[in-house]
Amino acid sequence: MGILKSFLRGLGLFLLVIVGIGAWLALPWPFLLGLVVIFLAWMFFTRRGRQTGSVTQVGLSTLGQRIGSSSVIVIGIAGVVAVLVALLAMAEGYRETLRKSGGEDSAIVLRGASAAEVMSTLMHDSVNVIGQAPGIARDAQGRALVSPELVVAANLPIKGGLPDEDGSVQLRGVGEAAWTVRPNVKITAGRKFSTGRRELVAGSGAQRQFAGLEPGKQIRLGNQTWDVVGIFHSGDAMDSELWGDAEVVATTYRRGSSRTSVTAKLVSADAFKGFKETLSKDPRLDVDASTTLDYFSKQSEGMTKVIRIIGMVVGGIMAIGAVFGALNTMFATVATRAREIATLRAIGFRGVPVVVAVMLETMLLALLGGLLGGVLAWLIFNGFTASTIAGGVGQLTFEFKVSPEVLWTGIKWALAIGFVGGLFPALRAAQLPVTEALRAA
Amino acid sequence: MKYLHLIWAELFRRKTRTILTLVSILAAFLLFGMLNGVRESFDQAGQSAQGAKRLQTGSRLSFIDTLPLSLNDRIARTDGVTAVTYANWFGGAYQDARNQIFSFAVAPNYLDLYPEIEVDPAQRQAFAQTRTGILVGEGLMKRFGWKVGQKIPLLSTIFPNRDGSKNWSFDIVGVMKPKDKAAGGWYDQMLLMHWKYFDESSPYNRGSVGWYVSGVGDVNQADRVAKAIDSLSANSDHETKTQTEAAATASWMKQMADIGLIVGSIMGAVFFTLLLLTGNTMAQAVRERIPELAVLKTLGFSNGSVLGLVLAESVLLVLIGGVLGLGLAALLGPVLSAGSGGVINMPPVGARSWAMGLGLMLAIGLLVGALPALRAMRLNIVDALTGR
Repeated sequence: MGILKSFLRGLGLFLLVIVGIGAWLALPWPFLLGLVVIFLAWMFFTRRGRQTGSVTQVGLSTLGQRIGSSSVIVIGIAGVVAVLVALLAMAEGYRETLRKSGGEDSAIVLRGASAAEVMSTLMHDSVNVIGQAPGIARDAQGRALVSPELVVAANLPIKGGLPDEDGSVQLRGVGEAAWTVRPNVKITAGRKFSTGRRELVAGSGAQRQFAGLEPGKQIRLGNQTWDVVGIFHSGDAMDSELWGDAEVVATTYRRGSSRTSVTAKLVSADAFKGFKETLSKDPRLDVDASTTLDYFSKQSEGMTKVIRIIGMVVGGIMAIGAVFGALNTMFATVATRAREIATLRAIGFRGVPVVVAVMLETMLLALLGGLLGGVLAWLIFNGFTASTIAGGVGQLTFEFKVSPEVLWTGIKWALAIGFVGGLFPALRAAQLPVTEALRAA
Repeated sequence: MKYLHLIWAELFRRKTRTILTLVSILAAFLLFGMLNGVRESFDQAGQSAQGAKRLQTGSRLSFIDTLPLSLNDRIARTDGVTAVTYANWFGGAYQDARNQIFSFAVAPNYLDLYPEIEVDPAQRQAFAQTRTGILVGEGLMKRFGWKVGQKIPLLSTIFPNRDGSKNWSFDIVGVMKPKDKAAGGWYDQMLLMHWKYFDESSPYNRGSVGWYVSGVGDVNQADRVAKAIDSLSANSDHETKTQTEAAATASWMKQMADIGLIVGSIMGAVFFTLLLLTGNTMAQAVRERIPELAVLKTLGFSNGSVLGLVLAESVLLVLIGGVLGLGLAALLGPVLSAGSGGVINMPPVGARSWAMGLGLMLAIGLLVGALPALRAMRLNIVDALTGR
């Protein structure tokens, strides 16, 4: 009977912890802030709370003697948080780079069922029809802000690669309108390409990734020689591309007058609905229109999810390791402090303050570890550049982004690990038989 | 060996602590088993003996550019080429444009160059005779719940059909199985159709070919043959670039992600933490046992054997946890792959992972045990017994 009871109690406690952790990780911060406020109020305004405060103080003042084993908690949790934050920052940076490439007030039109720009084909007639749809913004001269573009892939030698090692880069053939549709694209070195010539400008990300992309140098595309005349920067996915004159790119790739996509600046975000409707109703067209925000967000969806899941799984397994490390340390701490705790109990301190004090100590250490890990990840990885294949065709360079949300997730994990790691030793401390513990050496 | 009993008893002197530490070690090596498997499968993609014997010829300009069919006979006549076949990227997707499938339109002799793909002879025959027939990888069949004999619609994200729609209809006539289960993650997810049907039905293709695959008789001649193939089209408007399949795959994988670096940094963080954690446990274990160790020395155990005892204990601790962790990774991998219905493909824990893992366990065990063991060795019997 007794065994069954303690088993049920253990099981109940375990389930409670699991549910608690789940809620803790899922709940938004205002709710958690409320919890903290309630806890602090309890600490300061009740008798038990003040008792807890003094027990915690005693515990913390002796922390120096246990510095070696306590650092296991701090560093163990720092490791978990650093890895988790780094992976989440990678997902965040990737998503952010693509998300920034689009907006709600511009639209991209592709042939129906095309997963990415490079897979789409729009005939010359379709391009003209799209340009006449309502809702498109106009410039000072009254010209529609529509940019028909031809996106292809090109093989270029990778910087620091083997002699014959090529990478794939996205090459965008554009017209004059592309610069007005994307005002954030700025030339930082050299000049724009001139119409009708084999000249191109390279994005700053592409320049970092591939060899020979310096203004004044020449690169080979197939059997042709192209001049690199400038470098541009946009701070989004365009940075990983090369831009050239659409007509010349079309000739090189034998695409005639067809294009892959049309990007249009809209009058406002509200105009998109009408724009899309007109295009889908037009019997001459078989196209899909989406806002550029939507298009680029969808491009990043799969990859971001994969990186986030990897981060959670790796972080989760590491967290299990860290929980057991923390348990180990705290059990040892409770054992070495058994006499002290028993004395406190003997002079009238209740169980709750002892439990809370041990947990507070663990969670403080965990918080320290979480902060340490977060800062480490931020120092090493914030702005770290990585690249992968995106949109099925070219290298996309992006920067890791250790955002406040990502850091907050790391801290939440750290506190959760500290909570579990402290709970069981704390309960053990409260259940210590006072007389026995006092007699122990 | 005769001290094993003693070491075992010492290891489980404090059960809670040892078990908690074991779980931490287990978690670390579980992670190692899974991540190293992923890294190795990236590293070894295309690195088979067959992969070195096949050359891939694609457009020098870009991988989306196509080549003329006329190159086929000229490559076949090149000295050193035993057979040549070709394929096109179809860009197929099932039901939704985002459910993309590795789908290729291939020449009739394509499978002859890939002996590592196993197809039932009767099904192969059926494929040859059915214009709209397709061969589907085993994993892909499972992923979408397809059956042989079923008619399925696929949409191409690149090519419209002749009637202008994106829907193509195909008959599943056979299943492809990788001959070597361990190496065949890729063929499992692949779909092959007839190049002829594709070419006739797509208004845009007009006899062009995505890439050629040629077999070379002698692996050592591969570089020379590759150069000879490229010189066929030098200075034309269809220049080619020929690489061994192994090199091409490796370069593609490298562009996807620098897996080695990612896995390396994660494992670095994990093992650093583990070192500290286990080190702490061992230090505690030795600190508690100082009087006992002194008794051992009094009984006549030499300094060396006390050192050995403590080292053996820490190595044993890491070994037990590590082997359990790697074992769990080996068990979990297939379960995860099966549970996800082919979406996640966890590579099995190979012999190399085991060897590397065991090496790491020994190294970590020795490193962690070193300081406590030295301390135990240098114990002064009198001081230790009096508790000074």
